Amino acid sequence: MTLFKFAKRRGSAPMARERLQILLEYERCLTNQSDLVTVLREEIIALVDRYVTVDRDKVQVRVDRGEAVSTLAVDIEIPNATPVSVAPRT
Amino acid sequence: MAKVIVVTSGKGGVGKTTTTAALGAALAQGGQKVCVVDFDVGLRNLDLVLGAERRVVYDLINVIQGAAKLSQALIRDKRIETLSLLPASQTRDKDALSEEGIARVIAELRKLFDWVICDSPAGIERGAILAMRHADAAIIVTNPEVSSVRDSDRIIGMLDAKTVKAERGERMDKCLLIARYDPARAARGEMLNIEDILEILSIPLLGIIPESDEVLRASNLGTPVTLSNASSIAARAYCDAARRLNGEDVEMAIPSDRKGLLVKLFGRRAA
Repeated sequence: MTLFKFAKRRGSAPMARERLQILLEYERCLTNQSDLVTVLREEIIALVDRYVTVDRDKVQVRVDRGEAVSTLAVDIEIPNATPVSVAPRT
Repeated sequence: MAKVIVVTSGKGGVGKTTTTAALGAALAQGGQKVCVVDFDVGLRNLDLVLGAERRVVYDLINVIQGAAKLSQALIRDKRIETLSLLPASQTRDKDALSEEGIARVIAELRKLFDWVICDSPAGIERGAILAMRHADAAIIVTNPEVSSVRDSDRIIGMLDAKTVKAERGERMDKCLLIARYDPARAARGEMLNIEDILEILSIPLLGIIPESDEVLRASNLGTPVTLSNASSIAARAYCDAARRLNGEDVEMAIPSDRKGLLVKLFGRRAA
């Protein structure tokens, strides 16, 4: 037991390395994803705004990471007073 | 035209200020004109490490706000005449730093010096972002320890997103300086080794600074470690790193206390 403990104590660096590799892979993914959401949000607002007036605060873009697939949820509130036309607004 | 370098890390206490002072001194000792700039507004320490704490009259914030001219705020080192310090303000906070003001000061410094080395505050907030903003290249100081490596990874991400160079779509040059390294402990598997850290962070290595008592002694004296004891292992490691910054091809070895013997780690060279 003492020997085992001794061996374990000596080799903590591989543990540090493994923990860091797993953590950083996850964290890099998170950072990239929040960038993706920001870019998507801007482009979606720009697109929708060509047709209807949108309030920037009423546009929500969310990515939910699942095991096998992730979902992208876009929620845009459009005021009823706005006339919706197929032609782009000028 | 100067090269602007930011010394950054994310985590505090890893050796940014020691590194700024040592590399600045080493480059200036070679005759090049160097300005070290303290960006840690409110918690300045570069003045203390350089032994210039009693000579500060005007600071970076005074220059940014137009209360003083750059030439009035620059402090010329008494030992190395080509080394200057632009101190941070101790009484203000980071909100006093303005984006345009920093851009103007850096542009002015570029005309006067060969090297402008910016000592970043810890963290990833405004002060740290402004310190890296106009840099041409970054030195990331890391200790062989999990929290330091994690924070370095975060800072690398910020360097690729928040700097002027990155916004222009250019590649931000980054290199790693591993400080407080203990080759014996790493060899025994008690400490992350150089290869582990390089594999995790995947940026080129600028230098390895071994753990050394001389670093504390140098800060006690207010003298850059390259001057306080030029033959110490830390001083030799910093001098090698400075030569690599200068574009020289210096073999990556960890200076050892054993006289005349260099512990060669591996044949890796700085990029």
